[in-house]
Amino acid sequence: MTSRYDSVFLDVVSRAVVPLIQIFALYVVTHGHYDPGGGFQGGVMLAASIILLRVAQGEESYERFSRSAGLYLAAVGALAFCLLGFLPQLFGGNFLEYGYAIPPMEAVELRYWGIFFAEVFIGFLVWGALVAIYDALTTGGYE
Amino acid sequence: MRLAGVILIAMVAGFLMWATRDLPLRGDPQSPASTHVSVYYIENALVDSKTPNMVTAVLADYRGFDTFGEAVVVVAAALSCLLILLRRRDDEGVVDDPDERRHAMGRGDP
Repeated sequence: MTSRYDSVFLDVVSRAVVPLIQIFALYVVTHGHYDPGGGFQGGVMLAASIILLRVAQGEESYERFSRSAGLYLAAVGALAFCLLGFLPQLFGGNFLEYGYAIPPMEAVELRYWGIFFAEVFIGFLVWGALVAIYDALTTGGYE
Repeated sequence: MRLAGVILIAMVAGFLMWATRDLPLRGDPQSPASTHVSVYYIENALVDSKTPNMVTAVLADYRGFDTFGEAVVVVAAALSCLLILLRRRDDEGVVDDPDERRHAMGRGDP
């Protein structure tokens, strides 16, 4: 997507910055319990790092994050969140009532981990969905 | 017609401004929003789920179903974008362009 000729600066800087963005995004996703942040915000940052790759490196970035990967990530994230919600129902709880998820564990612990996994799945989902939207708008999805 | 629209907008705006007089003051401890469930959340979020950040506890635990709906909306948005903008190649290698598809359906040119 770079026009006419490739810029060395753009290439080098994007390679250097993308891993930093992704590490900070993982921190935001997994640290939702203690700081402002969580799945939605971290997922947007993960998507932003991929979009930076797309803008800076064009077609080369499909090798790192293929065009169909976004949609798969979004679908798998939504499905995993849904299954996480059904898990407590097997043991007498309501949908998404994490306290009932795995009976031998304490309800407090379970709710802590339930929130954690919900945030992680939301992060994947938002990540994939936003990259899929970007790809659809710029290149028309797959072809 | 344009004048009628302006008058209508002015009336709605005036009505909304008049209605704001009934809203509680910002940070009012006696307002319905502060006396209903938020007291429970503030007192019990840490005890119930070991989560110091109350916002996260409300978002992902107490109001988990709402968050699930939000997440599904995001996926639905991505799917809709793909459905509207997707370009495919059929067996003969002809690209199915959404612009031409729209044109063929009689609502093409802007």
